[in-house]
Amino acid sequence: MNNNKVIQVEGLTKMFGYFTAVNAITFDVEKGEIFGFLGANGAGKTTAMKMLIGISNPNSGKAKVAGFDVFTHAEDIKKNIGYMSQKFALYDDLTVKENITFFGGIYGLSRKRIKEKSAVLIEELELEKVANKLVGSLPLGWKQKLSFSVSLLHDPKIVFLDEPTGGVDPITRRQFWEMIYKAADQGTTVFVTTHYMDEAEYCDRVSIMVNGKIEALDTPKKLKEQFKAETMNDVFLKLARG
Amino acid sequence: MKRFIGFIKKEFYHIFRDRRSLFILFGMPIAQILLFGFAITNEINNVDIAILDHSKDATTKEIINKIASSKYFSIKQMVNREADIASVFKKGQVKAVLNFEKDFSKNLIKEHKATIQIITDATDPNTANTISNYVNAILQKYQKELNKDITMVYQIVPETRMVYNPELKSVYMFVPGVMTIILMLVSAMMTSISITREKELGTMEILLVSPLKPIQVIIGKVFPYIFLSIINAVIIVMLSIFIFKMPVQGSLFLLGLESILFIISALALGILISTISATQQTAMMISLMGLMLPVILLSGFIFPISSMPVPLQVISNIIPAKWFIIIIKGIMLKGVGLQFIWKETLILLGMTVFFMALSVKKYKIRLE
Amino acid sequence: MSISVTHISKSYKKVKALQDISFEVKPGELFGLIGPDGAGKTTLFRILTTLLIANEGSATVAGFDVVADYKKIRSSVGYMPGKFSLYQDLTVEENLNFFATIFGTTIEENYDLIKDIFVQIEPFKNRRAGKLSGGMKQKLALCCALIHKPKVLFLDEPTTGVDPVSRKEFWDMLKRLQQKDITILVSTPYMDEAALCDRIALIQHGKILEIDTPQSIVKHYPKQIYNVRANNMYQLITSLNDYEHHHSVYPFGEYVHYTDNRTDFNPKDLIQYLESNNLSEVEIAKTVATIEDTFMELAK
Repeated sequence: MNNNKVIQVEGLTKMFGYFTAVNAITFDVEKGEIFGFLGANGAGKTTAMKMLIGISNPNSGKAKVAGFDVFTHAEDIKKNIGYMSQKFALYDDLTVKENITFFGGIYGLSRKRIKEKSAVLIEELELEKVANKLVGSLPLGWKQKLSFSVSLLHDPKIVFLDEPTGGVDPITRRQFWEMIYKAADQGTTVFVTTHYMDEAEYCDRVSIMVNGKIEALDTPKKLKEQFKAETMNDVFLKLARG
Repeated sequence: MKRFIGFIKKEFYHIFRDRRSLFILFGMPIAQILLFGFAITNEINNVDIAILDHSKDATTKEIINKIASSKYFSIKQMVNREADIASVFKKGQVKAVLNFEKDFSKNLIKEHKATIQIITDATDPNTANTISNYVNAILQKYQKELNKDITMVYQIVPETRMVYNPELKSVYMFVPGVMTIILMLVSAMMTSISITREKELGTMEILLVSPLKPIQVIIGKVFPYIFLSIINAVIIVMLSIFIFKMPVQGSLFLLGLESILFIISALALGILISTISATQQTAMMISLMGLMLPVILLSGFIFPISSMPVPLQVISNIIPAKWFIIIIKGIMLKGVGLQFIWKETLILLGMTVFFMALSVKKYKIRLE
Repeated sequence: MSISVTHISKSYKKVKALQDISFEVKPGELFGLIGPDGAGKTTLFRILTTLLIANEGSATVAGFDVVADYKKIRSSVGYMPGKFSLYQDLTVEENLNFFATIFGTTIEENYDLIKDIFVQIEPFKNRRAGKLSGGMKQKLALCCALIHKPKVLFLDEPTTGVDPVSRKEFWDMLKRLQQKDITILVSTPYMDEAALCDRIALIQHGKILEIDTPQSIVKHYPKQIYNVRANNMYQLITSLNDYEHHHSVYPFGEYVHYTDNRTDFNPKDLIQYLESNNLSEVEIAKTVATIEDTFMELAK
């Protein structure tokens, strides 16, 4: 196996009754890559992602995530990935520190390690003043950044982000992407599922799912050339309309 | 008017499409009545008792016979010494021991007074209480027979006649209580939940930004539940008449009117709850904690109000359920008419008007 | 004026949700309120739809005062709140019928207004609203908000959580509605939707940053923006941020938008600097500002 490929998917399929939610998708993601996984609501991207993070069993096909088979080693996958979604991020009624300690604990970090990590994290995000405040009282942008850092606490090989920056103000959003670039630069693979096409522009490569199939997969630049479009949004519109 | 009818139509769609709630709505009263009627009972049957008879004379024998022949008790064993009583209880074989004093018959005739000690296992206080009541009842009956033949009364018996429920059927006591709980729950909890659901969904915002008047929204919300609660009340009364053979002594019409009055007061409480809670969950918690518990604990349904500490007795007065229970017990068990319960009815009416006015006033035409 | 807002302020406990907001919307205009979550958009919508009362200032909608004449406003505006706010357990048709009845009208009466939109959801008219896709729900919600032929339409983040295809269709629908003399106030966190409005107000932290047409807002961007790219994005951003003459550095899709604080900036200097920082494949090209650039410059 090529060590640079942290996600390898071949012919992965998921059926619900007679409905094929994910139809034989095939793709690879390399180490340190920012991979955009795009599709409209109901195109099957959530189902596909659930299979990759080991919480849903595929019907057929092959998939290895972080070197582990999704059929046989789902538990090992979970230890090696981080996950952040806009809907579920952090506990609003716990403080910044308590959240970090809690999530560190979930991933089995030692108490000492959690202490070190949270000190570094709080300093990097400049959260010293609010470290003991409830997360619920922080502005949305801060929460997002904190939540991303928390998903990286256990140094996962891959981090899955579900629509990470929808609705965030433009400046915070850029700070967020800087954090993503940094993580990728340090070798973490970033897997972004979204239906916001402007988020797609930031990815190294993107795949676009339509009706359960991957209909396009390339760098944003090449996709735009291929579809003679100015933005990823136009690429998407052209693809979805067939 | 068309707007209003449209609103009510929509409410019924909600109710009938939510199968699970609908099942709870109608399954709950039936389940509760059956549960209280059959399982949770104050009645006793064939309770094992022991007897320690120091006199062994004609009178004690007769009394023992009476007790043994009643279906409530079966005499498990005879005890010979007082010292054995404790061990009998410890083995858990019997629930009570009857201890006849020495020279029972002689004392009764000479001193017109004889003593029998009823020792009960009070680890289960309800049963213990019931047992001693039943024994007392049997003794009194026997005394009456005794006194009938003799001109001189031997004993001044404290009058603790059991009236209105001479057979001591506990289901008779529970029906009014369960009915109160169900009506309270269906009316108050369901309305408060259905209003807060609109808040959660965001549809309340649209309703507010529409020409509907607050009173139209309130009545529209409340109306379907009046209807459902009445159906529930009918189901409960039917169950008690046909399954438990419990007759309704008084006027069914009056019972219906009083129930509607209580339902409306509960609905008003439901609206009040919805004005202070933002989510369905809070509404449910407040309904359960704020309404159900007082109804169960303080209304006199399970625990007699007269034996509560004074502060609780005072508090019990502000619980509409207390008055409703008095009213329906009166109608169902005693068969009294309005002339005997007008005071309670008036109190309930006053409370209803108060809650209604408060909830209309509290109902916000804006979001805060 | 269809909507006129003068010096509106609103606070919740500690938070100042809106601070001294003033703007006007002309009849028949499609006016956009552009800002991120928490900027105060929803609060402003609720004040204008009479759901909240402002602490200070006044506002009129369709000529009526939002406090004194709230009843008149309630029967003459259409409102689509941010959350999906229809009855999930009612079918498409039942929802529409319900909203028509409470506004004292019928579907037939105003059918031509909603026809364009309704034909798209008509095949599903017996389906429960909860089972519709995001785009369909949004179309149904719009139909419900339009059913009584409102003079002013308030749409609070109508396209949030909706895929690009449905978003595009939705904006096309708004353009058509505008031709039917309906004033539309729409809010969105997506800067790319700003260009579709006649005029926009950029809003953040409860304050309006600027009000103008989208074209002039971008035209007034004070600096020349350069698209910069290189082989490593993260190193590029850090190097640019370390560059002593940088004015702003924002990742922007596959590029970084860079502005310099010198008037006589020469891109060659920057290339040289970046290459000395071990970056290769460096490209620099002029580009035009977007609404997002303006927003960030103003919010800075």
